[in-house]
Amino acid sequence: MSKNKEYLIKRGNSEYEVIIGLEVHAQVLSKSKLFSDSPTNFGAEPNTQVSLVDAAFPGMLPVINEFCIKQAVKTGIGLNAAINKKSIFDRKNYFYADLPQGYQISQYKDPIVGEGSILLDLPDGEKKVGIERLHLEQDAGKSIHDIDPQNTLVDLNRSGVALMEIVSKPDLRSPEEVNLYIKKLRSIMRYLGTCDGNMQEGSLRADVNVSIRKTGDKKLGTRCEIKNVNSIKFMQMAIEYEANRQADILEEGGSIDQETRLFDTKKNETRSMRSKEDAHDYRYFPDPDLLPLELTDDFISKIKKEIPELPDEKKKRFVDKFKLTPYEANILVSDIETSKYFEDVIKNSDIKLATNWITGELFALLNDRNLEISQSPISSKNLSSLINLIKDGTISGKIAKTVFEIMANESKDPKSIIDEKGLKQQSDPKEIEKIVDDVIKENPKNVELFKSGKDKLFGFFVGQVMKKTDGKANPKLVNDILKKKLN
Amino acid sequence: MSIDLKTIKHIAKLSRISIDDKKAKELEKDLNSIFEFIEALNKVDTKKVDPLTSIAETSLKLRGDEVKTKNIREQILKNSPDENKDFFVVPKVVE
Amino acid sequence: MSDIINLTLSALIDKIKNKELSSQEITKAYIARAEKSKDLNTYITTDFENAIEKAKKFDEKGNFDYKLPGVPLAVKDLFCTNNLKTTAGSKILSNFIPSYESTVTQHLWDEGAILLGKLNCDEFAMGSSNETSFFGNVESPVGKKVVPGGSSGGSASALAAKLTPATIGTDTGGSIRQPASFTGTVGLKPTYGSCSRYGIVAFASSLDQAGPMTQDVSDAALMLDVISKYDTKDSTSVNFKRGDYFKSLSSNIKGKKIGIPKEYRVDGMPKEIESLWQDGITLLKKLGAKIIDISLPHTKYALPAYYIVAPAEASSNLARYDGVKYGYRSEGENLISMYENTRSEGFGDEVKRRIMIGTYVLSSGYYDAYYLKAQKIRRLIKNDFDEAYKSVDAILTPSTPSSAFKIGDKTDDPVSMYLNDIFTVPVNLSGLPAISIPAGKDKNNYPLGLQLIGKAFEEQNLLDISYSMEKELSFKNNLQDWWIK
Repeated sequence: MSKNKEYLIKRGNSEYEVIIGLEVHAQVLSKSKLFSDSPTNFGAEPNTQVSLVDAAFPGMLPVINEFCIKQAVKTGIGLNAAINKKSIFDRKNYFYADLPQGYQISQYKDPIVGEGSILLDLPDGEKKVGIERLHLEQDAGKSIHDIDPQNTLVDLNRSGVALMEIVSKPDLRSPEEVNLYIKKLRSIMRYLGTCDGNMQEGSLRADVNVSIRKTGDKKLGTRCEIKNVNSIKFMQMAIEYEANRQADILEEGGSIDQETRLFDTKKNETRSMRSKEDAHDYRYFPDPDLLPLELTDDFISKIKKEIPELPDEKKKRFVDKFKLTPYEANILVSDIETSKYFEDVIKNSDIKLATNWITGELFALLNDRNLEISQSPISSKNLSSLINLIKDGTISGKIAKTVFEIMANESKDPKSIIDEKGLKQQSDPKEIEKIVDDVIKENPKNVELFKSGKDKLFGFFVGQVMKKTDGKANPKLVNDILKKKLN
Repeated sequence: MSIDLKTIKHIAKLSRISIDDKKAKELEKDLNSIFEFIEALNKVDTKKVDPLTSIAETSLKLRGDEVKTKNIREQILKNSPDENKDFFVVPKVVE
Repeated sequence: MSDIINLTLSALIDKIKNKELSSQEITKAYIARAEKSKDLNTYITTDFENAIEKAKKFDEKGNFDYKLPGVPLAVKDLFCTNNLKTTAGSKILSNFIPSYESTVTQHLWDEGAILLGKLNCDEFAMGSSNETSFFGNVESPVGKKVVPGGSSGGSASALAAKLTPATIGTDTGGSIRQPASFTGTVGLKPTYGSCSRYGIVAFASSLDQAGPMTQDVSDAALMLDVISKYDTKDSTSVNFKRGDYFKSLSSNIKGKKIGIPKEYRVDGMPKEIESLWQDGITLLKKLGAKIIDISLPHTKYALPAYYIVAPAEASSNLARYDGVKYGYRSEGENLISMYENTRSEGFGDEVKRRIMIGTYVLSSGYYDAYYLKAQKIRRLIKNDFDEAYKSVDAILTPSTPSSAFKIGDKTDDPVSMYLNDIFTVPVNLSGLPAISIPAGKDKNNYPLGLQLIGKAFEEQNLLDISYSMEKELSFKNNLQDWWIK
């Protein structure tokens, strides 16, 4: 990694590098919760997706969801991680209004998944980021503080939903790396179908651990944990603020207190969540209502068979087989829906054109309208047709853009649009010759100027032909015929 | 190992039980006599022993991914100390 | 009337099936007697009107093939009963009405039984004398101001006073067997994992087990048939092949090997207990069993280990009682003070003590020294039993180190109260089944019990041995109904 790409905090003559570790909480895609049989859908009316077990009524007991286990194992395999055949569920004890049991069922010393890694595509090469572990745990409910001025309202819909907590090693060094890491992790889980990665709905959130140290130092500095950040942008802002805050303290000769902090999204700063005295003592112990989880080799190998082609593999295939550049391949594989769309289009269409149209026009359209590719108004089938119509000369690239815009607003196929609006390209050489002749005849002065060396005027003639044909003349033919006639 | 008043107050806080000084003193006496009794365990060498974490020598039973409980909000909120029909209501947290 | 209440459960069922007695007659008889026995304070909640309604319905079109056809029963107030207040003997649940039923009680109703009401118990099952209940002490019919034992004190007292033909309790450290011993009744704690814990207010999850409390051993077998079933709603429930306990009951125990553990002969053990035990050994020999001396070396560590594990699990299980979702709530200016006020006011002293112990032994820095250590001791205790069972089929011990004491005698010293469980606790720590049968009386005429401990999941053996002993012992409580108003 070239030195000038490093993210450093400078203070006078000192330079600090920033060490970041992430604990990502990813909601498992499953119909029912981890230890109870109530639903997991987002956005339901408060307390309508709560079972007796979720609300911790007396005598209620947890029963584990096999599918959630499978999803965790699948994710572990996708992270190239070790799957632990024996793991234990522990109780993490603390009191909070949205934690009805007074404890969270989590995994402490024996998680279901061990060490793994994620590859990041940095501008100047690949970087391997280590994964420490992945474990399953219950999500808590929601505390709503801003409806009632005197009270907090509690909605337990989310209480008990399965979460995968994915802990990275402190290998990240900049807000940009964090961006790439979260995107890659999200992409892998979406490929696997184990988490939908929807940060707006809270399916993916992270606790960000930040520490700094002078460049060259081997020892890690004291870290602070910024809890529950639910967008990449906020993560980056929080890291920026926190790294600078810590640098200021160190520069003044102070020391960093290890503490938990929150990112205030209004003030764009981190602030301390609780004092040291009130530090939680979670009193972890194995949950006596559950037994140790034991996975067989058979169970694990069955899941391995279900693993689809993952982003890294797909990228390699796109580069090797389709001859895309790594940059293009990256864009097309980063989201599984995009790669599906792309592969659909190129079934019957030119790869280069497909790449350009998807990463160019289509992405611009989706961005503009804030849509996911799965919500694209233009289907892969129709885009494929459009590309074919360019390739076979029916329309020019320029006209295609017009057709594209129309397709974006009307769910018609390109051929119908072209026929309806008479946008077919004029590709009859005889017709074009006639028009070129007309243009030449009508502009004798410019013809003379061109012939005497004013090469730039070529564009003028092209323009005139286009004008006369309402832009429908086949540009290549126009070029060729004009060249011939003007020489 | 004896427990002092400070520890007792700390444990009480962790357990979310408030105790006044009088109660704390009583507890100190009781807890210390209980702990003296528990100290007997120190006489046993357990270095090479595995803890017994489950009596039922069976493997964790796995449940299918089915929704069986849909909307039982009324039942869930029926016993709530507050009248609110949609939410549980608690005094504000001081953060 | 007196005919009815003096019948054992199985005799009662015979009379119902023969149409000699109706469910209404029986139910009314027990209700009438309960109304006159309020001084014993065995009931927390009665459901008499509904009981009579259900009895009426049964008489009209009940199924006589059921195992408990039209039989009225009261149960310990630790089992959640649908629409009927369930308090666990605590102020913090004093207003709690469950909208669901525990699996074990559902099995009773599915076999035709009728709920009379909920019986008093030590608060959250923590106690050995039923003196910690928010709803007041229970008195034993055995003598004035005598404790019935605990935590299933209300159950034992009601059973002995003939206010219910049979009942169910829960046993975490002896809470079925010890009160059975104190009241001259039979109490069985089945193997851990045989009866579902779903819907039972949890005390210590790895130790709690529901079980029958009955007038005799065959009644216990009958009840076990009904309540010992695999339950998918309880992850610790075990799916093993359960026998037909009642039908298979046999009094032939020739050749069975019974172990006598020397470590159960504790210092200062009352002579009466020692001779009771000896009598039991003699009786077993007479019945053709072989007596073998065995050693369970880690016995003396069981009680200390129990008083780490049980409070630890309880401190976590009782965290849900926070005034937010149900139960008692005391106001507070913010969330933390609401929690603190609710729990300080809602829990009694013994419960608070145990929560504190539990929180402490799990806390940072102490987990290894206490909780982990206790779990290792548990392994050693279980190993002791496994080793012993290589050469014996069952183990005979006294049930309790003394007979019942008077209310107030032991409330000043928690440790002396805890010592009541010295013979029963090792059984819970190892998950084994055990039964207490009345085997004699002390000089005050208070009952004394003998305990038989069995192999895991082999309750039939245990029932057979105690059945054959019971026949010879012909124990009779001979209570004088002194409390009847």
